[in-house]
Amino acid sequence: MDLSAINPALLIASLMVAATPILLAAIGELVAERSGVLNLGVEGMMITGAVCGFVIAVESGSPWLGFAGAAAGGAALALLFALLTQVALANQVASGLALTLFGLGLSALIGQGYVGIKPPRFARLDIPVLGDLPVVGRLLFGHDPMLYLAIALVAGVWALLRFSRAGLILRAVGENHDAAHALGYKVVRIRILAILFGGACAGLGGAYISLVRVPQWTEGMTAGVGWIALALVVFASWKPWRVLLGAWLFGGITVLQLNLQAAGVAIPVEYLAMSPYVVTILVLVILSADKSRAPAALGRIFHASQ
Amino acid sequence: MKFTSLLASTAMALGLATSAMAQDDKVKVGFIYVGPIGDGGYTYEHNQGRLAVMEEFGDKAETTYVESVPEGPDAERVMTQMALDGADLIFATSFGFMDATVNTAKKFPDVKFEHATGYKTAPNLAIYNARFYEGRAVLGHIAGNMTESNIIGYIGSYPIPEVLRGINSAYIHAKKVNPDVQFKIVWAYTWFDPAKEADAAKVLIEQGADVILQHTDSTAPLAAAEAAGNVIGFGQASDMAEYKDGPRVSSIIDNWGPYYIERVGKVLDGTWETADTWAGIGDGMVQIGEITDRVPEDVKAEALALMDTIASGAYHPFTGPLNKQDGTQWLAEGEVAEDQALLGMDFFVEGIDAEIPK
Repeated sequence: MDLSAINPALLIASLMVAATPILLAAIGELVAERSGVLNLGVEGMMITGAVCGFVIAVESGSPWLGFAGAAAGGAALALLFALLTQVALANQVASGLALTLFGLGLSALIGQGYVGIKPPRFARLDIPVLGDLPVVGRLLFGHDPMLYLAIALVAGVWALLRFSRAGLILRAVGENHDAAHALGYKVVRIRILAILFGGACAGLGGAYISLVRVPQWTEGMTAGVGWIALALVVFASWKPWRVLLGAWLFGGITVLQLNLQAAGVAIPVEYLAMSPYVVTILVLVILSADKSRAPAALGRIFHASQ
Repeated sequence: MKFTSLLASTAMALGLATSAMAQDDKVKVGFIYVGPIGDGGYTYEHNQGRLAVMEEFGDKAETTYVESVPEGPDAERVMTQMALDGADLIFATSFGFMDATVNTAKKFPDVKFEHATGYKTAPNLAIYNARFYEGRAVLGHIAGNMTESNIIGYIGSYPIPEVLRGINSAYIHAKKVNPDVQFKIVWAYTWFDPAKEADAAKVLIEQGADVILQHTDSTAPLAAAEAAGNVIGFGQASDMAEYKDGPRVSSIIDNWGPYYIERVGKVLDGTWETADTWAGIGDGMVQIGEITDRVPEDVKAEALALMDTIASGAYHPFTGPLNKQDGTQWLAEGEVAEDQALLGMDFFVEGIDAEIPK
């Protein structure tokens, strides 16, 4: 056992990378849920985003176009969900599950010719002076642009929900859609926009896996990350900064357990492998002991006639 | 009811038709793979073997395959379906298919089965394996010479004898040329999961490894090595030549084609019998991929010489004196490991500072 082999700065830097897909998907889902829509299709939208992003990046040679395509792909799948639940008034739980299964199948179909191909490289930011600082340089200034975008999204969503009129309306729709409707807000339109935002974010999260973290395309490569993002939103009590905390915690322990293994710590691998789940849930459950609760209209169907 | 019985009789008629066809000089061969054929590694090479069979026999051999079959009961379902569809010979190409293959072989005594890397046989179930540890000796030799940090990272799949043999063989030969070498081992608990393999490779690199050896099937560790810059790695199971300009300095290649052709041929001329094949570099089942210019000339020459002595049988990678990890003697001076001991290997050799997960 040699714990000194673990470099804390590198550990934190790589936990931020490991957490980014979860963070992106979770912040999108948070917005959807705050508007009162429970979309269980996060995994399906992520994997669709992963394959769309990969295919477009490979064909165009530009990772940026790939990410744009991933957001579009995720949003397109989310639009299907929006049509089902907001226009056809289908059950949200069933539609969401169907969306995940559909997304997994569709992505496998689209990605058939793309297994084993190398995508174009998505370079890390190279900031001249700041990036060369010891420890801090690698930690704060040595990442790829998408990682900063994810954190900026969290901050943006937080500010929007807390300080803006749009955020207030979104929350009103999620708490009591009948009252919001009575006040003249377009409940269905607002929800569709929130669902699309959620889909685009999930798509970006998926593409982050296929273009940056791995980078490669394989069937089912999101491997349940969408479900973790979904759970994270609940355990984070629908609060953006807690989603960030939860994602970093989860990513951190995932990376740490591999580090401990490589350093030869004599803890059975099975315990190490389940530790990210246990610790993340534990911490967030303790945090959510305060008064926070789910949006009151979460998962309920709205129709203007009622 | 009428419709289903109609379906059933059609299915039966089709089944009869295919088995009748099988008797007139045609053979139907099924393959089940643990990963996708596009993994660029292990499954890719098995599929190359399948293509070689098709090329060799043309119309006489019809092949089918199912990819990404999970190890466990689902494999039994897939093989049962293949047998029902009239397959004469089925290749189950991963260790974890073992019990499923044994069960299916019992159910279909007239169908012939071949299981890769396992140890259970039956009158209609043969096993075949490659002596990958011979190739690992050569890779270990190169790795020991190439490392500057003296830390070699090893991504293991499952702690089974097959993988432990590889780690021990690589370690022994790395240590021989570099007494300070240290192995760091991460178990991925999967044969194929690019995300996990990439994470494992990144962690090993962060902990100072500048050479990565892998016993998992995807090219993700090589991609991680390439991103890190001054890290080298090896192609696993397949040449992985697309990383030749980058981190890949050599590779260990599984060459199944000749074996598959031989066995299918035996089914065709009716001489197929159960067998236990364990072939290595000398038989051509294990090959070493081109050693790139990143490796110094003298190291390359030594590696090739080592390969030749193993191929000719003059040298066995597990030759004493060798101790087990706990310091007890395993092989005395000049003693060579027996196959039975290698097949059941459940320990690390002396010097490896890691524990085998239970």
